[in-house]
Amino acid sequence: MIETFLNAAILKAAWPILLAGLGNTLALSLLVVPLGLAGGVVLALLSTVRVQWVRWPLMAWVDFFRAFPPLVLLIFLYAGLPFAGLEMGGFGCVAVAFFLNTGAYYGEVLRAGIESVPAGQIEAARSTGLSRLQALAHVVLPQAVRNVMPDLLSNTLEVVKLTSLASVVALPELLFQARQAQSLTYNPTPIVAAAVIYFLLLWPVVRLLSRLENRALAGRR
Amino acid sequence: MTPPAATPIVRATAIHKHFGALHVLKGVDLEVAERELVFVIGPSGSGKSTLLRCLNRLEEPSSGSVVVDGIDLLDPRTDINHARQRIGMVFQSFNLYPHMTALGNVTLALRKVAGRGRAEADAIGQAALARVGLADRAGHMPAQLSGGQQQRVAIARAIALEPRVMLFDEPTSALDPELVGSVLQVMRELRESGMTMVVVSHEMGFARAAADRVLFMDEGMIVEAGPPAQIFAAPAQERTRAFISQIKHH
Repeated sequence: MIETFLNAAILKAAWPILLAGLGNTLALSLLVVPLGLAGGVVLALLSTVRVQWVRWPLMAWVDFFRAFPPLVLLIFLYAGLPFAGLEMGGFGCVAVAFFLNTGAYYGEVLRAGIESVPAGQIEAARSTGLSRLQALAHVVLPQAVRNVMPDLLSNTLEVVKLTSLASVVALPELLFQARQAQSLTYNPTPIVAAAVIYFLLLWPVVRLLSRLENRALAGRR
Repeated sequence: MTPPAATPIVRATAIHKHFGALHVLKGVDLEVAERELVFVIGPSGSGKSTLLRCLNRLEEPSSGSVVVDGIDLLDPRTDINHARQRIGMVFQSFNLYPHMTALGNVTLALRKVAGRGRAEADAIGQAALARVGLADRAGHMPAQLSGGQQQRVAIARAIALEPRVMLFDEPTSALDPELVGSVLQVMRELRESGMTMVVVSHEMGFARAAADRVLFMDEGMIVEAGPPAQIFAAPAQERTRAFISQIKHH
């Protein structure tokens, strides 16, 4: 059993491949998290505009990309769009898909955060001459982010896990590399190792998250 | 008391405000002279806060005109953010930015709107905090300050921009009774320095001592206006009399 699932010799041989995969997973996360956050900030700021012709398309956009499975979106961009003459390559597809999908999620989280900030804050800022955008950027957003920090972190956790989807477009991230190593060695040890690496990578974030949530609960009392 | 100057610094004419079917302001005219302190009283829902908020366009009047310091606030060509630097406002609930220090609260608009550098803004901010007696609280967060101190920081935030007129929207209503005095003291000093002020409040003692004029509002109209002695002791209108006797017995 141990020979099959935790084979030391195979682990040793697969290690460099896995490490390269981990590096790519981290690089991918460092790209898609800020990208999704940036998209989310833009969507959240747009959601404060009370004009109908902004609100309706925005709602449709957010609903669509929250409902659309990210794996289907990614495969469509990668395998479907080339038929329309649009080829972005694996990396480009992942970047765009995550921007669309996680941006919509981050946008909803941040919108809730913005709505949790009392209207008096923006009024005070506007009364001193700050523009709407300045008031949002300097007064509302910092408070909004603090108010929804646990949700932002939890969403980020999901995003890092979702980077494993990139394996379907042959991007050599951790899961893809583990599958490569598994098929080369004909042994599941690399997959087990990848699982352990994912866990070790994300577990501290999970711990941090529950500490934040406990603190938020304590603060509410 | 200072006699009102010839040209009013605030001139609001025929202000109407509708919230949906609700007619909150029904053609209000208000002129405030330079260095004048105008007090606005009236029952809740009488439109006094809405009127005040029309004077810096936090509330958009449905019709009418508002001219402050020669600037037509309702003219679409007016840069409202520029105009608002001349109109300070203090809110019932203080509305300090909780994620910034007292000094940070005071200097934000100085840096982002008035275009001052950080050092210069800090110096102006420190001076403003000193004027409200809180020079030693510059580094405190709002949550570490009492309600009275928070409201004084809010006053400092407004006066740091050197406004031509200050609007006070029930500045002491959210305060514990023992903290009211310190805020009124700052307002008194501000008044003595020659600041033009429009104050919505029920602090009758303060109105008697400091106001040039008291306006009584009811149902979206100014019912009666006059010097505090007259309005409080011998109002001409029955509605005013009823309201005054009500708040006296509080």
